[in-house]
Amino acid sequence: MNLFIDAFAWIFDPANWVAGAQSPLPIQDRLAEHLLYTFVAVLIAALIALPLGFYIGHTGKGRQFVISFTGGMRALPTLGVLFFLTMVLGYSMVSTTANFLGTMIALVLLAIPSILAGAYSGLESVDRQTIDSARASGMTELQILVKVEIPLSLPLIVGGLRSGVLQVIATVVIASYVGLGGLGRIIASGIGLNDYNRILGGAILITALALLVDGVFAVIQRLTATPGVGGPADTGRSAVRRQAQRQPATVGTPNQERE
Amino acid sequence: MNWLISNFDLVVGLTVNHIRLSVVPIIVGFVVAVPLARIAVTGRTARAVIITSTSLLYTIPSLPLFVILPAIIGTKVLSDINLIVALSIYAVAIMVRAAADAFTSVPVDVKQASLAMGYSRWQQFWRVEFPLAGPVLLAGMRVVSVSTIALVSVGVLIGSQNLGYLFTNGKQRNILEEVATGIVASLLIALVFDLILVLLGRLLLPWNRKNGSRSAQADSVRLPITVGDVG
Repeated sequence: MNLFIDAFAWIFDPANWVAGAQSPLPIQDRLAEHLLYTFVAVLIAALIALPLGFYIGHTGKGRQFVISFTGGMRALPTLGVLFFLTMVLGYSMVSTTANFLGTMIALVLLAIPSILAGAYSGLESVDRQTIDSARASGMTELQILVKVEIPLSLPLIVGGLRSGVLQVIATVVIASYVGLGGLGRIIASGIGLNDYNRILGGAILITALALLVDGVFAVIQRLTATPGVGGPADTGRSAVRRQAQRQPATVGTPNQERE
Repeated sequence: MNWLISNFDLVVGLTVNHIRLSVVPIIVGFVVAVPLARIAVTGRTARAVIITSTSLLYTIPSLPLFVILPAIIGTKVLSDINLIVALSIYAVAIMVRAAADAFTSVPVDVKQASLAMGYSRWQQFWRVEFPLAGPVLLAGMRVVSVSTIALVSVGVLIGSQNLGYLFTNGKQRNILEEVATGIVASLLIALVFDLILVLLGRLLLPWNRKNGSRSAQADSVRLPITVGDVG
């Protein structure tokens, strides 16, 4: 356990938080970069994936395509995709721009499947009778989507965002390891300096960040559940869903989350 | 194709090692997760504890986990064992969730019928629950296999020799073909493993061929990341 005590001592060493410290310090700058990359990538991915997911979930069209797309993305090695994109872009622009842009494209691509799956499976989980009665009471398709389907499926939509965010946080670690800013730089420089306190300190910081963000999203998922309708934890609800014609769909893509 | 032809031996060697590193976590994932999941479905508390703890482990990004493990299990930082243990943890995390869903999917009346016919709990598990959970277990294993193989390449950052080497080396030397070869080889391994699993499923679960569309079962596997304590 001594190793952990030393690593925590490294994390809480004020010298590592002083502005202007030697790269990859100070810690707060790397943390800010990490969060910024994650935020931008997830925002772009959500702008693409949410409308598409709502369309697929509402109409039921293109579902098979999304399932195979998500499955295919899962098999891609993130590290390879990251390098491939930055190298291809590097042929036509300065390397720093190519690294940044290539990484961003990779992050967005990796975040899209989870967010997409969350959106369409969320919409599919809404009770068909509820939608039919909304239609019967004169709502337009757009009203059904905005006033019935999206509010009822918010926990699953947020769930998709949650796995997308975690996956991007994990991928930024790899991206920063290979040159971009972010917390992964701390591990990289620790390995370079053969300084295990720094390696472990960086790893603990990233883990804490991931768990914290996961916890925040867990709370949001709870808060967005419609009272009475119940979230996924509601047994009565899941019994209804099990009898529904359409299957609940895969949310999240494990390998991408990891990297 | 020039690069590939002149470095074919390297690619084959790395591919073999990549497979070697993937197989153990995939098997460990199954062997550890199935009993854990069976315990998890016995009650609300067991389920909450087991599913929540494995999904928390799953939340830890891979590179940090690779370098934290030496401090816990006492290995060297650059040892392959870190990679294998970390990938096994992820495999268990995915599989526990999938296997819990698989056991939940076994109809209660079938289980009751088997008890009424005089099966012991042990017989009931091996002859009724386990086979009936098979299709969903298989779907979970396919997810585990694909994600493990894709993840192995990150191990190159902690010195493991696998297809990830083609990514770092290709980037350093600016050979796009080398990086592309690594991606394609990794995808091919994943594809072959998936085919093997599907064939195993055909052999071991012959009753599954008629009624089940495989994609529908794959759908029912939900992944631990969205689970948390929410569902």
